[in-house]
Amino acid sequence: MNAMIKFLVAIVTLTVALNVFAAADLEVNTPGINAIKQSMQARHAQLAAHYASGAVGLTADGMIALRDAGAVPLAQRQAVNALVAAENQDRNALYAEIANANGHPEWQAEIRSTFAQRWIQRAQPGWWVQSSGSWARK
Amino acid sequence: MNRVWIPIAFAAFALSACVTINIYFPAAAAEKAADKIIDEVWQTQQDKPAAKEEK
Repeated sequence: MNAMIKFLVAIVTLTVALNVFAAADLEVNTPGINAIKQSMQARHAQLAAHYASGAVGLTADGMIALRDAGAVPLAQRQAVNALVAAENQDRNALYAEIANANGHPEWQAEIRSTFAQRWIQRAQPGWWVQSSGSWARK
Repeated sequence: MNRVWIPIAFAAFALSACVTINIYFPAAAAEKAADKIIDEVWQTQQDKPAAKEEK
C-alpha cells in the first residue's frame, strides 16, 4: 500500500512538472513568422484608414472582410479588395506557421480563435468588429 | 501474481496522462503570443492598450 502511495505522489509530481512545461511561451520567433509579420505590418499602413472608415472590419474568425463597399470610392474598391485578400492570406499563413513552429499543426484552429478574440479586443475605437454574426462598432 | 498488474495499469494510466497534457493547448501562452504579434503588426506598443492590463 505504501508503495502505491509513493507511486501516486510520483505521478502527481510528474503531472505538475509537465503542466509547467506546457505553460511555457509559444514559439513565435521564426523566420517564417517574422516575414509574415513584416508583410502585415507594412500592409497595415494602408488598411488602417479603411478600418477607421468602416469599409473593412475584423471578423469573428480572425480574418478581415470588406464590410461596407460604399465607404470606399469606386476607383479604390479593387485595391481594397486586393488588400483584404492579401491580408487574409497572410493571417491564414500566420496561424498555420505558429502551430507548425510549435510542433502542433492541430493547434491552428485554437490559435486562430485566440487571435480572433485578441484582434477584436485590441481594435481601436471606431473600428468595426464582428461578434456572433453581426457587425458592431467599437 | 495478480498484484503485478496493478502497477502496470497505473503506469499505463500515467503514460496516457502525460500524452494528454503534452497536447493540451496552452491558451494563456497563445494569448500572450497573439498580443505580442498584434502589437508589432498594428504598431500599438505597450503604452495604453487598455484591454491588456490584467494585474
